[in-house]
Amino acid sequence: MTSARRGDPARLGHPALLGVAGLAGLLLVIQLLPTLGLVDDRYLPPTSAIFSALADEAGTSQFWISLKDTLVAWGWGLLIAVAAGVLAGFVIGSVPLLRALTASTVEFLRPIPSVALIPLAVLLYGTEIGSTLLLVCYAAFWQVLVQVLYGVADVDPVAYETARSYRFSSFARVRYVLWPTALPYVFTGVRLAASVALILAITAELVIGSPGLGKDIAVAQASEAVPTMYALIVVTGILGVLINLLARTGERRLLAWHQSVRGEVIA
Amino acid sequence: MIRKVIYALALPLILFGAWWILSAGSTSFYAPPLSDILTAFANTWTLEALKSDVLPSLLRLFAGYVLAALLGIGLGLAIGLNRRLRYASEPVLEFFRAIPPPVLVPVIMLFAGIGDTMKVIVIVFGCVWPILLNTVEGVRAVDSVVLETARSYRVTGVARITKVVLPSAGPQIVTGLRQALSIAIILMVISEMFAASNGLGFTIVQFQRSFAIPEMWSGIILLGLLGFALSLVFRLAEKRALRWYEGLRESQRQAG
Repeated sequence: MTSARRGDPARLGHPALLGVAGLAGLLLVIQLLPTLGLVDDRYLPPTSAIFSALADEAGTSQFWISLKDTLVAWGWGLLIAVAAGVLAGFVIGSVPLLRALTASTVEFLRPIPSVALIPLAVLLYGTEIGSTLLLVCYAAFWQVLVQVLYGVADVDPVAYETARSYRFSSFARVRYVLWPTALPYVFTGVRLAASVALILAITAELVIGSPGLGKDIAVAQASEAVPTMYALIVVTGILGVLINLLARTGERRLLAWHQSVRGEVIA
Repeated sequence: MIRKVIYALALPLILFGAWWILSAGSTSFYAPPLSDILTAFANTWTLEALKSDVLPSLLRLFAGYVLAALLGIGLGLAIGLNRRLRYASEPVLEFFRAIPPPVLVPVIMLFAGIGDTMKVIVIVFGCVWPILLNTVEGVRAVDSVVLETARSYRVTGVARITKVVLPSAGPQIVTGLRQALSIAIILMVISEMFAASNGLGFTIVQFQRSFAIPEMWSGIILLGLLGFALSLVFRLAEKRALRWYEGLRESQRQAG
C-alpha cells in the first residue's frame, strides 16, 4: 500500500483507465451473477438484458415523453427555487434584524422532509405535474437559501464599510460588494439544489404517479418488467451524473475569475 | 439572552398566529382551521400511536443510519487510503450516488420483500453514499506532513487510522453524516409509503386516502417536528465530537 501511494502514476495506471476498468468490472459482475445462477434473474437481470431493455425503451415515444416531463419539472422547479432562494437570501441576509428574526423559522422548516408534503401535493394537484413542482421547489429552495445566507454573511466588513463611506447606493453595494462575495456560495447552493431537485422530481413521480421517469419505474415494477425497471433506473443515474457534471462545469466557467477556482487550476 | 429568545420566538409566533386567524373561519376542505388540526394532533398522536407508529419508524431509521455510517466510513477509509482503488471505484461510486435513492425502493422490494429488512436496506443503500464519498475526500485531504511525521514516529496500523487519519478527516465525515441524515429521513418515509402496515409514512398516506385532512396535517407537522428534533440532536452530537476542531478554528480566526 505504501508503494501504491508513493508509486509513480505510470505504474499505478492512468486514473481514467482504472475508472473504466472499475465500471467494466461492475457490469461484468452484474452479467455473471444471474448467468451463473448466483442470483435469481427475476431479481437481477444480467447486464445484457438491461441494456437490451434500455434499447427497447429508447425506441418508444413514451420514454422520451417521460424524460421530457421529468426534465421540465426539474428545470422549472430548480429555476423557481433558485430565484426565490437568492432573492430571499439577499433580503434576509443583508438586514440583520430580519436575519435574527428568521433564523429559528428557517432552522425549523428546513429539516421538514419534503416528502412529508406528498399527501398535501396529491390533494392540491392530484397526479398533475404541479405536485412534482411543489415538492421540487420546496426541497431545492432551502439548499439555495441557506447557502446564500452563508455567502452574504461572508462579506468583508471593511469592503462593505468602504463602499458605504464612498456613498455607494444600496443597489450598488449589493451589485459590487455583496453579489461577487456571495456568488460562489450561490453556485454551491445551485449545485446542491440541482441534485436535490432531480431526486425529488423522480420521487414525486414514483410515489404520486405524476408523469415522468419515476412513474414509468413504478409501472414497470408493477407489471414485473424487471429489466425495463433496471434500465430506467440506469437512466435516472445517468441523468444524475450529467446534472452533476453540468453544474460543476458551469460553476467553474462562471467563476473563472474567482480565487477559489483560480487557485484550483494552479494547484 | 432575553433578546435572543424574543428573536427566536417572534416570527414563529407571528406565523402561527397568522395561520390560526386566517384559517379560523376556513370552510375549505383541504385547509381546515388550525384549531381543528391541533385537536386532531392531540387525539391522533397519543402515547399509544407514538409507540405503534413512530417508534418502529425511528428504530428502522436508526438501524439503517448506523449501518450506513459504519459501512460508509469503513469503505471510505479503505478507498481513501488506496489510490489505485480510488481511481477504479470513483466512476462507479459517482454513478451510484447520482441515482435518486427512492428509485431503489422497487429494486430492494424485489430482493427483500416488504418487511423491516427492506426498509432498513433502502435507508442504508440511500444514505451510505454521502458518508462514503465525504470520508474518501476527508482521508485524501489528510496533511501529508502529518502523515509523514506519524510514519517517522512509527505510528502505524490501527493507531495511524484512529489517531491520525480519522480525526483529521472528521469534519468532512461529519458533513457526510449530516447530509445522510436528511436522506435517511426521506427514505424512511418513502419506504413506508410504498408498502407497510405501520410507521409514520404509512399512517400519513392512510389519512390522506381516507380524507382525514386534519389528521393528515397533524402528521405532516409531526414529521416536521421529528426532522427538527433529529437535526438538533445531530448538531449537539457534532458539537461534542468536533469540539477540538471548533476550538482550532476559533483560535485561527483570532490569530488571523
